[in-house]
Amino acid sequence: MRFMVMVKADKNSEAGILPTEELLTAMGKYNEELVRAGVMLAGEGLQPTSKGARVKFSGSKRTVIDGPFTETKELVAGFWIIQVKSKEEAIEWVKRAPNPMPGTEPEIEIRQIFSPEDFGEAFTPELREAEKRIAEGMEQNAKK
Amino acid sequence: MTATNHTTISRTIDAVWRIESAKLIARLTRMVRDVGLAEDLAQDALVAALERWPNTGVPDNPGAWLMATAKHRAIDLIRRDALHERKTAEIGHEMESTIERAVPDLDAAIDDNVGDDVLRLIFIACHPILSMEARVALTLRLLGGLTTDEIARAFLVPEPTIAQRIVRAKKTLSNARIPFEVPRGDDLTARVASVLQVIYLVFNEGYSATAGDDWLRPALCDDALRLGRILAELASSEAEAHGLVALMEIQASRSSARVNATGEPILLLDQDRGRWNQLLIHRGLDALARAVQLGGARGVYTLQAAIAACHARARVASETDWARIAELYRALSEVAASPIVELNRAVAVGMAFGPDAGLALVDALRAEPSLARYHLLPSVRGDLLMKLGRGTEAREEFERAAGMTKNARERELLRDRARSAAAKD
Repeated sequence: MRFMVMVKADKNSEAGILPTEELLTAMGKYNEELVRAGVMLAGEGLQPTSKGARVKFSGSKRTVIDGPFTETKELVAGFWIIQVKSKEEAIEWVKRAPNPMPGTEPEIEIRQIFSPEDFGEAFTPELREAEKRIAEGMEQNAKK
Repeated sequence: MTATNHTTISRTIDAVWRIESAKLIARLTRMVRDVGLAEDLAQDALVAALERWPNTGVPDNPGAWLMATAKHRAIDLIRRDALHERKTAEIGHEMESTIERAVPDLDAAIDDNVGDDVLRLIFIACHPILSMEARVALTLRLLGGLTTDEIARAFLVPEPTIAQRIVRAKKTLSNARIPFEVPRGDDLTARVASVLQVIYLVFNEGYSATAGDDWLRPALCDDALRLGRILAELASSEAEAHGLVALMEIQASRSSARVNATGEPILLLDQDRGRWNQLLIHRGLDALARAVQLGGARGVYTLQAAIAACHARARVASETDWARIAELYRALSEVAASPIVELNRAVAVGMAFGPDAGLALVDALRAEPSLARYHLLPSVRGDLLMKLGRGTEAREEFERAAGMTKNARERELLRDRARSAAAKD
């Protein structure tokens, strides 16, 4: 199962203050650990909302609202997408992350990504069958 | 302690185990030089955690706790062995120095790069001295963190069979004194190939799961992907490791598109490409680029990944670069010749250069004994004949194919095609 792990914004991230060298190094090391464990699918840091916008929907009308936005704690400053076996495993990985906003008490939110049909009702289509037999053929060759 | 807390803790322990077990077993194997013993020590530490943590809570650094616990047991064992040695051989004070030599060694081992140890463990678990079945079971157990019961359920085999398989595999490795090392030179390529084979077999087992199966079966795809990604990181200069990851990422990207609501298969060209997972496609294309960059363009997995990538890149089926696919199948048949590859090439050639060209290749395969009972041969031939307007012959081929397949749904599909072929003629 896949999870989106979100780091919330704070005053500094919204002010566009870049993380310290120390934090960048720690994050780099953590990301490397995630990649080496085959867990991390993607991860990005987001620019402050002053560089973003919102589109408001009301009926058929679309209104553009430019950033910055005020409710800092509800804003996302960065995210990872990880693939793990359980929510508990996602939690364990997140607990190992360096504090993304040192000096404050940030929260990192963990949300499961929908994939209702993921590998659910699996069946073997024709072309796929052929691919699999190629693999079997190679196994046979390898055994020779 | 309430029941709910208990469940939460045991789930957390499962998660910690999944994250830590491979590293733990790898480090312990380096210390005691025996995979079986290392796994026993790691399991002992897990049992200790299961006893302690529900009361004390999960420690801040659970990995370090497990390692320390297992290490103490390892040292106890070394001491006991040394004691035993003294009693039998009566080599008095040598024992003390043995322990002293052993203990700093253990500490040094812990500080060492654990990634290398995990890689060594992968090579041991997939060692060619073991049967393919044993390699698969041992790899999932030691590196995937799966329990014996989970492996048994995923492979539809009784649990004692898997348990036996693992015990025997560990004994074989121990008796043969397989060194804990990363192979070098020519040996490395062959040993990597063995690892890739194990991973792809696990992936295919998961991919072939059918509706109503235990969820652990399709989950094998995720297990295989995770193992493949780990391998590609740890052995990052191995082009084919990236090739296999690319192939699996792209195949996995189609998982929500390949069956319809009633569980019937949807052919690749008929799939709703909007349901293909773009993140996995991008990851697959990146891995493919890396394999090619490393000079692996003609590797068997990289070539198959390149074929899968042609489909992934086409926004609609009609934009598929069939000429390129035909060329890739030709390259594949040069490195891994097989009538199946040739049949696939015929399909691609038919799409790229017209049904006549495809039919010529298929006809050349009709005398191939290994395809005599293979339903896709008449099915492909029927398809090409249909396109050439030769309805009567096409109907015969579809009927022949229907008589060969063991799959009821597929048989129905082929009979339908036979009927519409007859109607067109």
